Amino acid sequence: MSERDYPLTWKRPPQILTHRGWRWGLQIGFAIWLVLALSTLDPNWTRIADGWERGMRFVYGFIQPNFSSRWRDISNGLVESLTMTLTSTVAGIVISVPIGIGAARNVGPAWIYYICRSIIAMSRALQEIIVAIFFVAMFGFGPFAGFLTLTFATIGFLSKLLAEDIEDIDEAQAEAIRATGASWWQVIGYAIQPQVMPRLIGLSLYRLDINFRESAVIGIVGAGGIGATLNTAIDRYEYDSAGAILLIIILLVMIAEYGSSYLRRFLQ
Amino acid sequence: MLEIRDLTKTYKTGDKALNNVSLSVPKGQVVGLIGPSGAGKSTLIRCINRLVEPTSGAITLSGRPLTGIGAGELRAMRRKIGMIFQEFALVERLTVMENVLSGRLGYVGFWRSYLRRFPAEDIQRAYRLLDRVGLMDQADKRADALSGGQRQRVGIARALAQEPELMLVDEPTASLDPKTSRQIMRLLIEICGERGLPAIVNIHDVPLAQQFMQRIVGLRAGRIVFDGTPAELTEAVLTKIYGAEDWAAMRKGTEEDKAADADTLREMLRLGA
Repeated sequence: MSERDYPLTWKRPPQILTHRGWRWGLQIGFAIWLVLALSTLDPNWTRIADGWERGMRFVYGFIQPNFSSRWRDISNGLVESLTMTLTSTVAGIVISVPIGIGAARNVGPAWIYYICRSIIAMSRALQEIIVAIFFVAMFGFGPFAGFLTLTFATIGFLSKLLAEDIEDIDEAQAEAIRATGASWWQVIGYAIQPQVMPRLIGLSLYRLDINFRESAVIGIVGAGGIGATLNTAIDRYEYDSAGAILLIIILLVMIAEYGSSYLRRFLQ
Repeated sequence: MLEIRDLTKTYKTGDKALNNVSLSVPKGQVVGLIGPSGAGKSTLIRCINRLVEPTSGAITLSGRPLTGIGAGELRAMRRKIGMIFQEFALVERLTVMENVLSGRLGYVGFWRSYLRRFPAEDIQRAYRLLDRVGLMDQADKRADALSGGQRQRVGIARALAQEPELMLVDEPTASLDPKTSRQIMRLLIEICGERGLPAIVNIHDVPLAQQFMQRIVGLRAGRIVFDGTPAELTEAVLTKIYGAEDWAAMRKGTEEDKAADADTLREMLRLGA
C-alpha cells in the first residue's frame, strides 16, 4: 500500500445504534413527539398579560428591597431558620453515621445492610415538603416540625453517600488492620474512619447549606423559619419585604458555599 | 513452629487455589515461596491468618490451632502473626506512629486505641522499632508523605509491634526498585534472625529469593512441586515450577542489577553522602 492509498478522513463509528434505520427512526420519532408535546400546551395569554404586571412588581421589590419595616419578623425568622439548620444537621449527622456504616456492603452482615438501605430508601423517597406537611400536621406549626423534617432528609442524604464512600475504600488498608488482630470496631476506627473522614466532613458542610435553603422552602408549608416570614410577606403583597428576605437568603447561601469550599480545601 | 496439614482452598468460582498443601516451618527459618501468578502463594499465606477461609485442612502455630476456632480466639492468634504487604497497606492518612501502634490493636481495648491512649511500654516499643528500621525522625509524618522504601519499613515496624511468633510477608518488594528491594530484604532477614522469627515470604523475584532465603518452596497450580535449599534450585526445577523460560538471561539481568547497585554505592561514597 503506497502512501497516497491511506484514507485522509476518519469518522467516529456509531457506538450504540449501529443500524442506520434505527438512528433515523429515533430522530424522526423524537421530532414528532416534540411537535405533539408542544401542541398540547395551551397558554392563557390574557392571564400572562395580567401576571406580567404582578411579576414586575416582584422584580421592583428586589430592586428596592425594604429591610426595615418588617425587620423584627425577618430577624426572628432568620434566627429560627439558622437554629433549625444547625440543630437538624448535627442531629442528622449523629444518626447518619451508624446507618451509613451499616449500609456499606463491605463492613456489616447482610441483614443490617438491608435494614439500613431501607431506612435510606424511605428517607430519600419522601420529598422534604411532603415530610414537612406531615410533621406540621403531627406537631403543629413552627420550627420543631422543620427541625424534624430536615433531620429526616439529612439521614437519607448523608447515610447514602457515606455508605458509598465506605464501599470505595482501599480494602488493603482494612485487611492490614484486621491482620493485626483488631476487633470490628477497631477496624472501623483505624482503617475506615481515616479514609472517609475528609469526605464526611465535606458532605456535612454541603448538607448544612442545603438544609439552610430547604428551611426557607419548608417554612412555606408551616414549618417555621425564614420561609414562614417570606410566605407572610408574599401573602400581604409586601414584595419589597419579600425581596429583602430573598436577598438575605441568597447572601447566606453564598457565604455557606464559599465557606464550605474554603474549609474543604484543608481536609485532604 | 508452623504446621500446615492438607490445606485445601476452593474459591466460590470453583477455582482450586490450594490442593492438599502440607508444610512445616521451624523456629527461625525464613522460607521463600515462589511460583507463577495464580499458583496460590497469596492464598496460602492468607489462609494462615485466615484473611482467606480455608476449605479444609489444619494449621497450628506453636501447637495452638488456627483453624476451627472462634472469632475471639482467632483475633488472639492473629496478634501473634505479623503480616507485611506488597503495596505496604499502611493507613495513608494516619501518622507513622499511629500505623506502628496499630500493631498493638489486638492487645488494647477499643476506647483506649480510639483515643490513642496506648500503654507506655507500647509507645516505647514503637519508638524502639522505628529507630530499628531507621525512621526515628519520621514518627509524626503522615504515612502518605513517605517514599516506598520508607513505607515498607513502617510496615515492618507495624508487624513487629505485634511481638509476633511468625511473619507472613506478601511480595514485600514488588512495588520497590531493585536497590530498595535488596535493602528491605536484608532488613527483614536481619530482623527475623535477631528474633529467631520464622517467616514465609512470597516472592516473585527468583534471584532475590536465592540470594536471601534459607529454604525455597515452589508452588505450581496449588501444589508444592519443590522444597529445598536455594542451591538446589536448578534450571530444571525452575522449569518445573514456572514452565520453560530462558533462566540464564534472567540471571544475567540480576548481575546487571548488582553492578548498578555497586555503581550507585561508589558514586554515593564519592559524593560523601
